[in-house]
Amino acid sequence: MLAYTIRRLLLLVPMGAGMVVVTFGLLLLIPGDPAALMLGQEAPAEAIAALRRSLGLDDPWHLRLGRYFLALVQGDMGMSLFQSQPVATIIWGRLGATVELAVAALLLASAIGISLGVVAAMRQGSWVDTLAMLFAQLGVSMPVYWLALLLMLGFAVHLGWLPAVGRGAPMSEALWAALRGRPEMLVQSLSYLVLPAFALAMNAAAVISRLVRASMLEVLREDFVRTARAKGLRRPRVVVRHALRNALLPVLSVIGLRFGALLGGAVLTESIFAWPGLGQLTIAAISQRDLPLIQGIVLTFAIVFALVNLVVDLLYAAVDPRVRLE
Amino acid sequence: MDLAVAAGETLAIVGESGCGKTMTALALMRLLPEGAEVAAGTVRLDGQDILALPERAVEDLRGSRIAMVFQEPMTALNPVMTVGAQIAEAVARHRGLGGRPAWAEAVEALRLVRMPDPAARARAYPHELSGGMRQRAVIAMALVNRPRVILADEPTTALDVTIQAQILALIGTLQAELGSAVVLITHDLGVVAETADRVIVMYAGRKVEEAAVTGLFDAPLHPYTQGLMAAVPRGRGGARLADIPGTVPPLSALPPGCAFAPRCPLAGPRCRTLRPPLTEPRPGHRVACWERGA
Repeated sequence: MLAYTIRRLLLLVPMGAGMVVVTFGLLLLIPGDPAALMLGQEAPAEAIAALRRSLGLDDPWHLRLGRYFLALVQGDMGMSLFQSQPVATIIWGRLGATVELAVAALLLASAIGISLGVVAAMRQGSWVDTLAMLFAQLGVSMPVYWLALLLMLGFAVHLGWLPAVGRGAPMSEALWAALRGRPEMLVQSLSYLVLPAFALAMNAAAVISRLVRASMLEVLREDFVRTARAKGLRRPRVVVRHALRNALLPVLSVIGLRFGALLGGAVLTESIFAWPGLGQLTIAAISQRDLPLIQGIVLTFAIVFALVNLVVDLLYAAVDPRVRLE
Repeated sequence: MDLAVAAGETLAIVGESGCGKTMTALALMRLLPEGAEVAAGTVRLDGQDILALPERAVEDLRGSRIAMVFQEPMTALNPVMTVGAQIAEAVARHRGLGGRPAWAEAVEALRLVRMPDPAARARAYPHELSGGMRQRAVIAMALVNRPRVILADEPTTALDVTIQAQILALIGTLQAELGSAVVLITHDLGVVAETADRVIVMYAGRKVEEAAVTGLFDAPLHPYTQGLMAAVPRGRGGARLADIPGTVPPLSALPPGCAFAPRCPLAGPRCRTLRPPLTEPRPGHRVACWERGA
């Protein structure tokens, strides 16, 4: 298990290098001259040419890629063109908020998706099943930004229960404070988190619930479920210990893959709820054509996604004894 | 369909695939799959009608007083739980034992079914065991609470011939030790001859013949039973095996008279219109046949 984990972590290096090349290549293809962007429309041509030289933009592409690699190895993602800060610093300051939102959404989506899927499978063909699958259909087809606006309108504007935009204290600090007997901070942080997390979770919850339902229906027909019942076990135990544990195996890998879609959804959700994370930063960076920043963000997203899927693979092996990690 | 089995007795139910043997056993456990149900009748265990009990009361009986050994040891075990945990679960459920004592009972049950190195095997997952060991685990699971009745549904079909003999002998020994009644479901007449006290021959969901095992093998009455016996290879070589022409009719489209009539060499006009009643032409030997009945 340990050897496998280390090998998988080492594999991230060539994967990361591939990601770097791809993001670098994409930005080469995007039209627009960063030097001209930085200096504005009125800038004289000589000034632009001088800036291009000093930024190294006139060098051939392989030289620039090589330089980028060398810098990355030292943890340097370059300087942002418009905020006079290193890209790595900017991203690091925002990463926590996005991870917090994505993890909250993933937990919420799993909880909703799994319970709906199980209930629907247990009552296949009943009105509960129909209702759950209607919900799933809605969740899959409703765009994140639309749902986000509806939630904001309903719960923040009309009912006034939750704040519409912004973020409370980081969850780590809030949890720490709550542990030391000061829960107000946690309540506040959660009140900010609920709406964006829910908006972001809905799509994944819908996908997961359909998957769990199908998987449960299949597993409930398995012989070992009948064996469990023949032992006289009570129904809840048969369903949870025997059926659900097996039904979740295929769902687990899908949850990992959904995390990618979740990061994409986070870009929209964060913009709508003014959540100060990487997604919001992405939109700002793109509209400003802050190329080093875009490059850094995309690379960060890719690495987070790869790490999450590594965790899912390890989890899979922990849950299914038939998977041998050789 | 009616059957009775006494403590310590082995009753075999024989018949072709699809004739309702497994469904009969599942009905006894009240474990019929969705869409199938017992239309009418009673199942009595020590005088108590299982079919009339509420589901929770049946759950209390299952695995404690009536237990089942399933056909496919490959699929009958939960792949993500150790066999020890699966057996211990049955102990904990019915005897209220905690984790450690229940586990000890599970290891003991594995020892009882002659599992080599039971303490280590209890920690193994089903895929780490051979077919024979898995079937031993399934049997241990059924026996661990010393049930009054054991339903064994083709317990050896999925196994090698050498393992088959071991498993059958094992069931016989354990039955003697525990004094349980065994209902053995099989399509293999060789197994019947070796292990059973009494035999029920089923055809298309109905009992067509019932007799003590010696009576049945010495003088089978029903043409279907005779056909089955003619189809058993006797190792004399050369002669082609006899077969029964045709197939079992689907239970949804049974002919009006005797279900076996379309395939029966003796069938007369009465057989095609009226179902033969079960009669007892010899003491303890019953048959449902117009030609052979009393």
